[in-house]
Amino acid sequence: MSTSGTGRDRMLASIRAGISRQAERRHGEPAPGKPTPLIPARATAPGVDVVGLFKTQLANAKATLDEVASRDDVPAAVARYLANNNFEARVRLSPDARVSGLPWDKAPMLETSRGRSHGKDPTSVTPAVAAVAETGTMVLQSSEGTPTTLHFLPDQHVVVISKSQIVGTYEDALARVKRGPDGALPRTVNFVTGPSRSADIGKILLMGAHGPKKLHVIVVDGEL
Amino acid sequence: MNSQPGTAQPEPQGPIKAGANVALFVTCLVDLFRPSVGFAAVKLLEEAGCRVSVPDSQTCCGQPAYNSGDRKTAVDIARQTIAAFEGFDFVVAPSGSCGGMIKHHYPQLLGDDAQWGPRAEKLAARTYELTQFLAEQCGRTDFGAALAANCTYHDSCSSLREMKVKAAPRDLLKNVAGLTLTEMEETDACCGFGGTFCIKFPDVSNSMAARKVETIAATGADLLLAGDLGCLMNLAGKMKRDGSTVQVRHVAEVLAGMTDEPAIGEERTS
Amino acid sequence: MSLVPTSNAFKENATGALQDKPLQEALGIARHHSIQTRLNTVAKMPEFETLRDIGRDLKNHIIANLDTYLLQFEQSVTTRGGKVHWCPDGDSARAKVLEICRSVNAKTVTKGKTMIGEEIGINDFLFANGIEPVETDLGEYIIQLRGETPSHIIGPALHVTKEQVEETFREAHTDLDPARNLEDPASLMAEAREKLRAGFLKADVGITGANFLIADEGATTIVTNEGNGDLTQTLPRIHIVLASIEKVVPSLKDAMTLLRILARSATGQEQSVYTTFSSGPRRPTDLDGPEEFHVVLIDNGRSAYLGSDLEEMLRCIRCGACLDHCPVYHSVGGHAYGWVYSGPIGSLLTPMLVGVENAKPLPNASTLCGRCESVCPVRIPIPKLLRNWREREFARAITPQMERSGLWFWAFMAKRPLLYRLVTRIGARALFNLAGQQGRLRSAPLAAGWTKHRDLPASQGRTFHEQWKARKSQAGKGARS
Repeated sequence: MSTSGTGRDRMLASIRAGISRQAERRHGEPAPGKPTPLIPARATAPGVDVVGLFKTQLANAKATLDEVASRDDVPAAVARYLANNNFEARVRLSPDARVSGLPWDKAPMLETSRGRSHGKDPTSVTPAVAAVAETGTMVLQSSEGTPTTLHFLPDQHVVVISKSQIVGTYEDALARVKRGPDGALPRTVNFVTGPSRSADIGKILLMGAHGPKKLHVIVVDGEL
Repeated sequence: MNSQPGTAQPEPQGPIKAGANVALFVTCLVDLFRPSVGFAAVKLLEEAGCRVSVPDSQTCCGQPAYNSGDRKTAVDIARQTIAAFEGFDFVVAPSGSCGGMIKHHYPQLLGDDAQWGPRAEKLAARTYELTQFLAEQCGRTDFGAALAANCTYHDSCSSLREMKVKAAPRDLLKNVAGLTLTEMEETDACCGFGGTFCIKFPDVSNSMAARKVETIAATGADLLLAGDLGCLMNLAGKMKRDGSTVQVRHVAEVLAGMTDEPAIGEERTS
Repeated sequence: MSLVPTSNAFKENATGALQDKPLQEALGIARHHSIQTRLNTVAKMPEFETLRDIGRDLKNHIIANLDTYLLQFEQSVTTRGGKVHWCPDGDSARAKVLEICRSVNAKTVTKGKTMIGEEIGINDFLFANGIEPVETDLGEYIIQLRGETPSHIIGPALHVTKEQVEETFREAHTDLDPARNLEDPASLMAEAREKLRAGFLKADVGITGANFLIADEGATTIVTNEGNGDLTQTLPRIHIVLASIEKVVPSLKDAMTLLRILARSATGQEQSVYTTFSSGPRRPTDLDGPEEFHVVLIDNGRSAYLGSDLEEMLRCIRCGACLDHCPVYHSVGGHAYGWVYSGPIGSLLTPMLVGVENAKPLPNASTLCGRCESVCPVRIPIPKLLRNWREREFARAITPQMERSGLWFWAFMAKRPLLYRLVTRIGARALFNLAGQQGRLRSAPLAAGWTKHRDLPASQGRTFHEQWKARKSQAGKGARS
């Protein structure tokens, strides 16, 4: 690479020289076009039970699932989850109305607070953008009401969604991300498939590396 | 000869017409170390109804040069081979690696050559590995052979990946009376031969061969078969050094009923 | 400042690796695991092979339009309030990272796993400049404690057994009770989690790599199972992304193609636990996130290979499947390759990045078996490219003299059929007689490489061509029955 000009100039010049060489090697044939993406039929084939597939894939990803009839039932479901697993009855909630606006007074045994996490919260409760049946993946995003630290710092992460948020594919989920006024993505979009894990020690699968050790999804039959 | 009475075969079933002219690519290893493999191939091809010729001027397919980066020599040898073998209906080699060299690499080597490129393509289109030619092209999988043994089959890398040979040898061996086949784990793992690799990196090659020998031993087979003599010599040499009693032969020998000859690396009986 | 390659000592490295018992144990465990899990997972997606074709075509398209997509990426990042820094080489990349760290008086930096970071030796450089880099990926953390380099693209500590991890943790975590029980591997994980948590929270700067750069969104993508990359890039004031130029993809939809083949190829999972797309610093109303977002685009020798016969290696998405299936890697592990990248892709990339004269054995340390190509998600023709490197070595006379002489002799004969017949006839007789009743040789002249570990089977006394000629002339003489 030449040493004159800015790093940017030099790199672009070198890349362009390479692209010229490519054209020569192709003997005037056009450059390869962009292929059409293919979305697997697993979650899109006619007659697929998308909700059923999501539940199966979520379990395969080693997350747990609970179903409740209405949003009013969510606080009790969270309390039940924590009690059944001997987790502390304390939760940090996303400020987003879909979670903060739930009737938490119905679960008075739970100590609740709202906001981002600073690493001292055993359990977070957050909403999601969508839940993807293809691989049991939860799609989350950052926003004023959904700070990203709640998705990663607590030991337990509880996600509350309405059944209508269960979609087939990643593409379906991406279409639901709330973008900024200029169409910009938020700071963070997360695809989360089960709890944190690593097989770096002798290929032994161990759960709970740095992200949440548990992922629990509560599906509400109505709207949030 | 181990043919059984009453197994006379009908006309070839495949797309090959009886009397097709087949040129045998002997391979340098078969020529130097184990001609009986070549004769077994001839016997099988003739029994399948082919007329077999052995072009006089063949020497080597050129892989040693090609795989060492000596493209010029590889091109020279490719032209020599093409000239010797065009003019026949088919080219058959008892080897996936030499077959692959002719079928896949000659067209690539000569792709830019206006004269030799098309000739390489034409030859490639009619080049086959032996078992695939017999089973798939001639449509013959039973040659009336018999051998009481428990064998296992190693898929040599070029055979598997370049010539796409997988089912053919197994379909042929199924019809050898008295022979059972037990598949080894990781049939597709390289044996460590790799042409000059085994000499340039003997310790690594040995490690790969040792793993292969372990999987062979785990099958309990008393006979190892494959379609490439390089792999077979590598594994036979390793097993003999280890003191193993597993016999090693080229699959053509068993299919042609020519197993009186000592196995590869085995003691002479006379 | 980058790691000095020892790739020219591959053969010696390999011999040492073969005698390293814990390493051999670790490699055996990894081999069994990887091959089967990938097969099981791929079987669940009928479109997998088609996705590989699309992945290959997508990457080829990107490589043919690299300047366009990088410029679009820069535009998008800048619009979202981030900064792109173009760094032609390791020196400029290191200097830029240091400059950014210094701008906030950074004392500690957390790091997600980044191979380009290893390539430019960023850890040693930061350390030498008074900044402490903390590796957060569990495998990277383990090797950081051991003072080692990664031995696998995905699992940096693949060469370390569970027992060795326990040993390392006991040595390093001296503030913990020495009598604690670490038999259960889960306890090792819990200990690492606790130790690193403090590091995440106090870091001033977080450095990650990028699996993909999304051109039309100005977003970078990281893929992890641990969540360490996310904590690295969310908690500190500054998020720096290190990325090589060929990581750019046109859009999120295109990234989905690659994501559908990446985890399946890398770990045999249908999807990694955490895939994160990040663009720009935190928004004005966000409650958390970094205040600054920097993408350091690094060339380090790649663009010179655009438009060459080795260009296809730039399709690599760093999944590690080729390593997981390579019988040579299975035998010697990653450190034998002597630098950052190992296995089949390492044998292609290392000569490009450090010069082929510093990595002479690597393109030759392969039987060209092709198993790597058969599993590469973007269908890189690895054996063909290895051969292309060998051609360059041959043309530059890097190939050892002994080998060149042997080849010349062989070629001389092979091009002269009559001479070839004569020499092989002599050879066939000699080998037959030397082997005698045994039928094989324990040693033979000029064959020390072969006979070191195996016997040489005897010939059958006459060559095929001799016998065929004799048979034909016999047939000519008498009537055939």
